[in-house]
Amino acid sequence: MRLYGTEIDVPMMLGTAQYPSPAIMAEAFRTSGAEVATVSLRRESGAGGEGREFWRLVSGLGVRILPNTAGCHSVKEALTTAEMAREVFGTDWLKLEVIGNPDTLQPDVYGLAEAARLLCKDGFKVFPYTTEDLVVAERLLSAGCEVLMPWAAPIGTGLGLTNEYGLRTLRERLPDVTMIIDAGLGVPSQAARVMEMGFDGILLNTAVAKSGDPAAMAAAFAKAAEAGKLARRAVPIEPRDMAAASTPVIGKAFLG
Amino acid sequence: MRISVNGKGVEVGSARLSDSLAELGYTDNCIATAVNEEFVPSSKRAEFLLREGDRVEVLMPMQGG
Repeated sequence: MRLYGTEIDVPMMLGTAQYPSPAIMAEAFRTSGAEVATVSLRRESGAGGEGREFWRLVSGLGVRILPNTAGCHSVKEALTTAEMAREVFGTDWLKLEVIGNPDTLQPDVYGLAEAARLLCKDGFKVFPYTTEDLVVAERLLSAGCEVLMPWAAPIGTGLGLTNEYGLRTLRERLPDVTMIIDAGLGVPSQAARVMEMGFDGILLNTAVAKSGDPAAMAAAFAKAAEAGKLARRAVPIEPRDMAAASTPVIGKAFLG
Repeated sequence: MRISVNGKGVEVGSARLSDSLAELGYTDNCIATAVNEEFVPSSKRAEFLLREGDRVEVLMPMQGG
C-alpha cells in the first residue's frame, strides 16, 4: 500500500494499546510483520518516565510511527494534539480522529473535514479516521488527504463490515485512493473480505490485543490480509445461481 | 504563582515554562507542552512566560490504536 509516497509491503497496521504486556505487543509486531504502529499522547505524570519507556519500546520495533489524535472531540483539540505529536514523535504522519459521539466513537465528519483541511495546509500527512460516507470522503480528498481510513464498524466492537454496500461504493467510486479499513474488524476472515473488495490495508488493535493469543491473532490477520490482496489481484470469478460443471463433459464414458 | 498542570493546581516559583517544568519534575525531554490549549514547542519553552491561572498540559508518548 502506498502511504504518501511510501510503499508499505504488509497491508496491515497495528495499534499499540491494550496488550497483556509490552513483550506480547512486540511479539505481535514480529509475527505479523506489521510495518506501521499507531501511538498516542497522554498526560505525563512527571516522575515515572513511562512515556520514555514506552517510546523506547516502540522505537525498538523498527516500524513507522503513526500518531493519533484519539479522544479529541473538537477541531481545536485535534490541531493542538497534532502539533504536539509531530514534535514528540518526529513525524508529520497523523491519524486524525475527531470524535462526535462518546458511545459509538463515531467521527464528527464536519470537524474532521475542517481539521484535515487545516492540518494538510500545515504540512501534515493526514490519515483521517472516517465513516464509509462517499461525500465525506470526497471532502477529505479535496482537503488534501491522500489516504482515507473508513471504519468497518465502531472502534473495539469487532462487528466486521456493518455496511458492505457503503464500503463497496466507496471503493468503486474512488478506485485510485489508498484506503485502509480502520476499526471494527473482529476476525481475520473480515480482513480477507475487505482486501478482496479492493481496500489497500487494515488497521487493527482491539481484535489482536484483546484476543486470547495476540501474537497468533496478529499473524492470522496478516495472512488473511495477504490472502485477500492476492485474491483481488487474481480477479475472482463472478458468483452465479446455476451450477456449472468444472470437470469436462466431453469424452465422458457412457456407462449406463 | 498558581497555575494548573494536567488539570491539577500547583504553585511554581518561576514564570518561565521551562523552569516551571523542571521545578515540577518534568526533566524528561520526551514530552510535548501546551498552554491554554495552544501548542508551545520545546524550542520556545525557555522564553515562554506563564501567567497566573495558566493551564499547562504536559503530554508523553502512550499506547494508542
